[in-house]
Amino acid sequence: MVKTILSIKEELMKKVWILFVFISLCLVFWGLSISFAQSLDTFKGEKGSVKISGGTAHIPVMKEAARIIMTANPDIQITIAGGGSGVGIKQVGEGLVDIGNTGRKPTDDEIKRYNLKLFLWAIDGVALIVNPKNKVRSLSKNQVIDIFSGRIDNWKALGGEDRKINLYTRDEASGTREVFWEKALAKGAIAEKANVVVSNGAMKSAISQDPYAIGYVSVGHIDKTVEVITFEGVTPAIDTVKSGQYSIARGLFSNTKGEPTPLTKKFLDFLYTAEGQKIIAKNGFIPVK
Amino acid sequence: MKLPKEAIVERAFQLSTIVSGSITFLIFSFMFYMALPLIREGKIFQILTSTWSPLDDVYGILPMIITTFAISFLSVLIAFPISIGCSSFINEIGPKQLNRYLKKIVQVMTGIPTVIYGFVGIFLLVPIVREFSGKGSGMSVITAALMLSVLISPTMILFFNDSFERVPASYLNAAEGLGASRVQKLIYVIFPNAKKGIIIGLILAFGRALGDTLIALMIAGNSTQIPGSLFDSARTLTAHIALVIAADYESLEFKSIFASGMVLYLFTAGIVIVVRHFAFGEKNTR
Repeated sequence: MVKTILSIKEELMKKVWILFVFISLCLVFWGLSISFAQSLDTFKGEKGSVKISGGTAHIPVMKEAARIIMTANPDIQITIAGGGSGVGIKQVGEGLVDIGNTGRKPTDDEIKRYNLKLFLWAIDGVALIVNPKNKVRSLSKNQVIDIFSGRIDNWKALGGEDRKINLYTRDEASGTREVFWEKALAKGAIAEKANVVVSNGAMKSAISQDPYAIGYVSVGHIDKTVEVITFEGVTPAIDTVKSGQYSIARGLFSNTKGEPTPLTKKFLDFLYTAEGQKIIAKNGFIPVK
Repeated sequence: MKLPKEAIVERAFQLSTIVSGSITFLIFSFMFYMALPLIREGKIFQILTSTWSPLDDVYGILPMIITTFAISFLSVLIAFPISIGCSSFINEIGPKQLNRYLKKIVQVMTGIPTVIYGFVGIFLLVPIVREFSGKGSGMSVITAALMLSVLISPTMILFFNDSFERVPASYLNAAEGLGASRVQKLIYVIFPNAKKGIIIGLILAFGRALGDTLIALMIAGNSTQIPGSLFDSARTLTAHIALVIAADYESLEFKSIFASGMVLYLFTAGIVIVVRHFAFGEKNTR
């Protein structure tokens, strides 16, 4: 008898707990929905899809924005693909996607040929990264030029282990590569032996796997699996990119062919709202108003 | 007397044969047409014989051609003995009970998408090769060749199996009656009789190795140098096409992918024709 009463009591407690957790979750979601309500109001009653492709640096921000918008309005479908800046311009120019992202400003020729409309929404740094096992943490511009051209090919010369340096670079269509090549390498040569990876994400995972590697990624992709290199005495971070001290920086653009469709316009506008800017900043970029 | 229904079906089959056959030629003529400006300007020779150096405005694909051949030959070289051994075991040497399961496993392996092999390669094979060789990133010619050999062996094994099974049982019984051991049966009866199947299996496997893109793209390193050793990073023609396809349409680097495509096409076709001729020629003289 006593036992059954106890077990009933236990069960009741369990139920109370579940109810409590449920209510608190509801409160959290309610709070979230209030904080996003204003920026998300414009999506009410909208239907349709937005297709995005191109620059891989943009992906974390695009994904988060898409998730929030699609949660608020399940009638909207937003798809995000990578491919690199070159793919972004090509696909938006041919009308395959609504938004083509580029990690560089499209050239005048590209803008004219495809009638592109540019939306600059963030400034991004491109950081040199190495494996955490590597002890080298600081390089000068000349050293970087020598490393990537192959003139310095051993970590020993830079204060590291006596192992060959494994270079990693990006493919022909990468905006990140273009900015890095222009601003860090002063348009110098990249050695033929450099490994080529196809996205910022692939670069990060390659470097995190290879103790003797050096490569470069968008600052938004940096996490604990890789270690950032101080370039010319400046550590790439939000404040140093913002102040212009850190020189390897570029704009993140979203481009549309002509005027964007209403829904696409709303998506792009969302990036400029307080919520959008919060997402951009959270991912390590500097939002542009 | 043919029924009208039959005639319709015959026509339908004929049509589908013509369509699938002509697509092969259409693709080639398309590539030829796209590469025409290169051929006319005489740039095709330069592209085929020089290295990739964008700074000098030279977009040669020689390193990629060499790498493609090196990786696919190597992978067939590695996979062939394994496949022959595996088929021999399944058909002749191993216990019947186990063989049934082995066969199933091989069948499942043929269906695994190449991206999974590439993924496994990055996390398992690349670090092993890096530490073993003591230099380089571990993304190299040999890494891709090893992974590709895993990809193509199931195809080979299945083909070899089929051709081994087609050897008439009476031959085997005769050999057994003469006191042949299992290994002797394999060497003197099965292999010679299954020769054609073995050769066709080899062609198919080689074609798969030559045409596979993802494994090389993910674990061969994609550098544009001519590989000097097995442990050097290198780029295949297929990976090159995948990497450059996003470049500007008008640029010379983009046009180089048509040269790459033509080389791949001609080489695959050449291998198939030569080896088939060799295999069928053998049959006709018998």
